[in-house]
Amino acid sequence: MLNKNEIVETVKMIDSQNLDVRTITMALSLFDCISESGKKTADKVYEKIVRKAGNLVATGEEIAARYGVPIVNKRVSVTPVSLIGMASGGYKEIALAMDRAASETGIDFIGGYSALVQKDMTDGERVFLDTIPEAINATEKVCCSVNVASTKSGMNLDAIEVMGRKITELARLSNSFGCGKVVVFANAVEDNPFMAGAFNGCGEGDAVINVGVSGPGVVKCALEQVRGADINTVAETVKKTAFKITRVGQLVAREAAKKLGAKFGIVDLSLAPTPIVGDSVAHILEEMGLESVGAAGTTACLALLNDAVKKGGVMASDSVGGLSGAFIPVSEDIGMINAVRRGALSLEKLEAMTAVCSVGLDMIAVPGDTPSEVISALIADECAIGVINNKTTAVRIIPAIGKKVGDEVDFGGLLGTAPVMNVSAFSPKAFIERGGHIPAPIHSNRN
Amino acid sequence: MKAIVTVLGHDRIGIIKEVSDSLASFNVNIEDISQTLMQNYFVMIMMTDVSSSSYSIAEMNVRLKEVGKRLGMDIRMQHEDIFNCMHRI
Repeated sequence: MLNKNEIVETVKMIDSQNLDVRTITMALSLFDCISESGKKTADKVYEKIVRKAGNLVATGEEIAARYGVPIVNKRVSVTPVSLIGMASGGYKEIALAMDRAASETGIDFIGGYSALVQKDMTDGERVFLDTIPEAINATEKVCCSVNVASTKSGMNLDAIEVMGRKITELARLSNSFGCGKVVVFANAVEDNPFMAGAFNGCGEGDAVINVGVSGPGVVKCALEQVRGADINTVAETVKKTAFKITRVGQLVAREAAKKLGAKFGIVDLSLAPTPIVGDSVAHILEEMGLESVGAAGTTACLALLNDAVKKGGVMASDSVGGLSGAFIPVSEDIGMINAVRRGALSLEKLEAMTAVCSVGLDMIAVPGDTPSEVISALIADECAIGVINNKTTAVRIIPAIGKKVGDEVDFGGLLGTAPVMNVSAFSPKAFIERGGHIPAPIHSNRN
Repeated sequence: MKAIVTVLGHDRIGIIKEVSDSLASFNVNIEDISQTLMQNYFVMIMMTDVSSSSYSIAEMNVRLKEVGKRLGMDIRMQHEDIFNCMHRI
């Protein structure tokens, strides 16, 4: 039988340590929506999303009430739209249909306005990439991701060049805000439930439930109990806490899949922060003994955290996937925001941190007049880390229009506030303009 | 089906009566009660069987919240699986 302390521990985790299930994401295949005209494809896309995900929000709320654990977001991800609209054209119409379906079903976001162009691009994919600024600016809930590199294929420098320009265009069109909905990946995963990067990969099923757990506040509180202990104890504490958090995700995922008539896909073990106090990944690192995140030692602490979360989580769920690790978005984490404000955290340190945790340069604001080739080159650097280390990396960067280093951009809600960060003033223009393809790396003689 | 009711807040007279009256009105059986004071903070845990109730846990929570508001306490009912999944392998 359960004992009193266990019950109180769980209630406290939810009550005062911000334990929640960050997202239930229903991944839908849209291959059966491909038609001969853009309008017909868009109509079919709308119909399928509303039919399959119509009960997603109500089901999420029902499960949340039953177990007394908040489920913050209910989302849908779809097959990369670059493929679905390639025969018919009409990419923007499809984006608008996705947005209407998202509003109709009441979900928070819909991901999958995506393309996988890690090696090369078809003519259809070139057209698709061109539509991104307009489509994302014209929609409210549609998220976009583009995979431009992979360990097996190398890096598509042409696509990287295009994405630098498209992000710049979107920033101008949307006064920066649209850029929070666009992410550029290396080694994108096909079952990620988190936005902006969620899409339903081509190897996935027709309707799959993927769940993203969270709980940086719970990990931070657990570490407060072992102050002064050696670092092994820290790793063990994170592991045990991650186990408990993940078990909740597993419970919710199984139940949601059953109720929605979908397959259970994966639980994503990521620690995802929000801008509220007590829900910060940066504060976990500081609890380990850093005066501020960004200090020497940050990369080591983050590596420990990321690894321990995985070790605890893997045992807690029978199916782990997605990104699974610690997220370090700047604008969405009060500890990160404060570290940038106090001058402790630079873009270069963040880049180093992305080598040991999930995702990458995430929700980072740079001056609005940053040239597009610099954005492209930042993407290229981040992709190189992912490609060489055989891991997912990503860039979600926000040129803050009309702002300079030291200013701040306020996105509101979960997207938070981003202090504008300094970027190297030296130009990578000639490198980016070369275009072409960086070959896939060799995987022997690793050093 | 088992559910666990937790009541947290400052101690006062009549808490058990109010909560057990509500549970009785839902046709919920209380199988075990334990209560403790942690630094003047009242913690009551009730193990209940909700199988005979015609209400869902969500519906009961709405009503229990109202009772909690009246008493100045935090009252919630949760399906036991959330605790089992976390604390039992």
